Amino acid sequence: MLNNHLFEPGLVYICPEILAVMPNVHSVRNGLDLPILGAPEAIVDGHLSTSVYAVRPSDFRGLAPKLAVKEGDRVLAGDILFTDKANPQIAIASPVSGEVARIERGDKRKILAVVVLADAQQSYRSVPAGTPANREDAIQWLLGAGAWSLIESRPYGRIANPEAQPKAVFVNGMATEPLAVSPAVALAGREEDFAKGLQVVGLLSPRTVLSIGANETAPALTKASGVEIHQFKGPHPAGTTSVHINRISPINKGETVWTLNYQDVVIIGHLARTGNLKLERVVSLCGTGISKPRAVTAVAGAQLEGFLSTELKSGAYRVISGSVLTGANVGKNGYLGYYASQITAIPEGQGTDFFGWVIPSFGKWSISRTLFSWMTPSKKYDLNTKQHGEDRAFVVTGVYDKVFPLDILPMPLIKAMWAKDLEKMEQLGAYEVVAEDFALCEVVCPSKQELQKLAGEAIDLLYTEMN
Amino acid sequence: MKLFQNLFDATRPAVTTGSLKGLFPLHNALETMFFVPNHNAHSGAHVRDAIDMKRTMITVIFALVPALLFGMFNAGYQHYRALGLVGGGELLAEFFTIQNFLFGALRIVPMITVTYIAGLAIEIYFAYRNKHAVNEGFLVSGILIPLIMPIDIPLWMVAVSTAFAVLFGKEVFGGTGMNVLNPALTARAFAFFAYPTYMSGDKIWINTAPEQGAQVVDGFSGATALGQLATTGQTSYSAWDAFWGFVPGSIGETSTFAILIGAVFLIYTGVGSWKIMLSTVLGGLTMGLIFNAAAGSLEPGAMKSYMELPYYQHLMFGGFAFGAVFMATDPVSAAHTERGKWIYGFLVGILSILIRVFNPAYPEGVMLAILLMNVFAPLIDHYVVEANISKRLKRLKLQQS
Repeated sequence: MLNNHLFEPGLVYICPEILAVMPNVHSVRNGLDLPILGAPEAIVDGHLSTSVYAVRPSDFRGLAPKLAVKEGDRVLAGDILFTDKANPQIAIASPVSGEVARIERGDKRKILAVVVLADAQQSYRSVPAGTPANREDAIQWLLGAGAWSLIESRPYGRIANPEAQPKAVFVNGMATEPLAVSPAVALAGREEDFAKGLQVVGLLSPRTVLSIGANETAPALTKASGVEIHQFKGPHPAGTTSVHINRISPINKGETVWTLNYQDVVIIGHLARTGNLKLERVVSLCGTGISKPRAVTAVAGAQLEGFLSTELKSGAYRVISGSVLTGANVGKNGYLGYYASQITAIPEGQGTDFFGWVIPSFGKWSISRTLFSWMTPSKKYDLNTKQHGEDRAFVVTGVYDKVFPLDILPMPLIKAMWAKDLEKMEQLGAYEVVAEDFALCEVVCPSKQELQKLAGEAIDLLYTEMN
Repeated sequence: MKLFQNLFDATRPAVTTGSLKGLFPLHNALETMFFVPNHNAHSGAHVRDAIDMKRTMITVIFALVPALLFGMFNAGYQHYRALGLVGGGELLAEFFTIQNFLFGALRIVPMITVTYIAGLAIEIYFAYRNKHAVNEGFLVSGILIPLIMPIDIPLWMVAVSTAFAVLFGKEVFGGTGMNVLNPALTARAFAFFAYPTYMSGDKIWINTAPEQGAQVVDGFSGATALGQLATTGQTSYSAWDAFWGFVPGSIGETSTFAILIGAVFLIYTGVGSWKIMLSTVLGGLTMGLIFNAAAGSLEPGAMKSYMELPYYQHLMFGGFAFGAVFMATDPVSAAHTERGKWIYGFLVGILSILIRVFNPAYPEGVMLAILLMNVFAPLIDHYVVEANISKRLKRLKLQQS
């Protein structure tokens, strides 16, 4: 694997041994680490235990669910709950064993969630343990185990098509989203699974890239074998896969890249070691609404209600499955997302601000210097969900560029997305982005435009037109 | 506070469901002015920057305050100096007087009021017609328009120019954010071509109405420095006078110093683009240097001595500084891409000085230079975007070969 990138243009030849200890370091200048309070303590303490789990089709972009179970069915952890109508190979597995309690439906009988009541003693649909022999085996083995949903594909940011031939697999070993748990903490004690998982993932494409933080100390990451290691430093989104791909091997039209998060690799490694699909992650329990912010372990789809009753402070808090940038507002009765590795609780904004647009106020945060937050650059804020203003037309320019490090012009791309001009989108780099890449632009936008929604819909449209 | 909230709450039913539906945009604009609404982020990122369009616009207005206040003093000072009532004494003591300020304020405040009424009435009508909220862009235009007018222009001309600018400069393109031309400069260009006798010449920059039994002193000339330069190649005003602003001219444009305070504020808050300001200045300096170099080969005369004006003094005379800081930087009508901003600003600077020196019909070139570059800004952006596109295509070709 290492030899591959010696042929990258512009890279001076250094002997592979030196390269192995001196990985590529990429600096990201444009970006923003949100100054938000409620960071988790760097320990894994506790488990989110509940007996109710739900898998929501909305967690899987572009997936039209076709149910494989009905109410009252017994399922094992790893059994398929529903498949994608467009591609039945893409199947979503139950995170737990138990009984399908109900199928929640919305308007036009749209499936909102498949709710499973978990057994006290978990049993798994076992697949053969051990590392598959080759690429074909690995894909069939992952599909058979119900673990295929862990592999995402770019462009479009959807579950990968097993038939595709990706040019590379990018494993993200970073977590720069606000209030995330550091990979070193989450990987402690799971090093063996991670290494095993990397072996399996390494079979999927000719090139496997592992991106890690420049200050990473965990040997599981820095000394990972069989992969090409790249280090990234700088503010968020330095730790997002889009940035990694853009810097290392940007996606051209017609190319495919598969992506995974390091925790997904752990799950695959555990599967290879034991034969059991255990959809458990280390989850950051964070935000100022949490009485003791820290990391806990949690299984995908877990109901939050009972657990949060002791963890959540009293008051009006928004409970987010995921980070404040890209997570979903699930409410305190909601469920943890299928891929989520954060549970964030931040105060809901309340009340109006009397002349709030002109009165100088010290408690508010802005990336601009129009308020006073620039005087205290290291101060952190109890940020709430207030929008601080109303939707307006695009007026100010150059703001998005400050937080958008991809080699893409954000404003022209957003305008092409708005106009649904697919050709322009393609030319401006729509294959290289997912909706989440616009989260920071959305945060700093003075016109309060809903950019993630806009980008998500435009990229979905591009997918529909191209496939 | 509670009082206002109750007032808005009490009147809301009438404008949302009741008989006064047409007034909803006005009600909404006033309510959101008094109280930033309690909207919470409902999709996408859950936390948002505390800046909004209102705060962005008020920041620009703050930046305009030094130029505005100076303009008020200067209007009075020029008036009393023309009548021979001041002059000859200590300059600062004669300049910063209540009398001067009141003279200016009594003429400028009505202009601002008229501009706001004319402009906002149209904005609110279009907000109602197109069913959107009233955008804040006009808050800045409403101050900018008076500041680039001569002191003696009749109020109705201000109103007509403003109405023209808002209607044909902005709303026909789809409103705030969609306009091609800078609305404030559109207003000035309209006035300039529609009422040329009120907008150019050497009689209009100073109010010379007789007062306290005093008449205009003998030998008085009301020409601006650029007016003098265009006709004779010489000016009676020193560069320092022009820098501090003790010269006749449009209300807000005279003091380069006051404008610089605004520029520092805009750049520091991040609201104004330093790239455009800097590149405009560089463009102006470049053209000034070219003229200085070319002047040697000319026959002696007015043109030669105008071209010999030290290059840096172009920045202090006329509306160059005001245009560079407050007009060229309008984010909607300027280039939108970061690289495009450099090109756009540089060309604004070049053209300003070029028109100023070469076109005797327009002693000041900044207005037309910026309007012209407003028209070309989308083209500049187009090429910047094309460069990004072709880079991506090149990468694709490299991959395929």
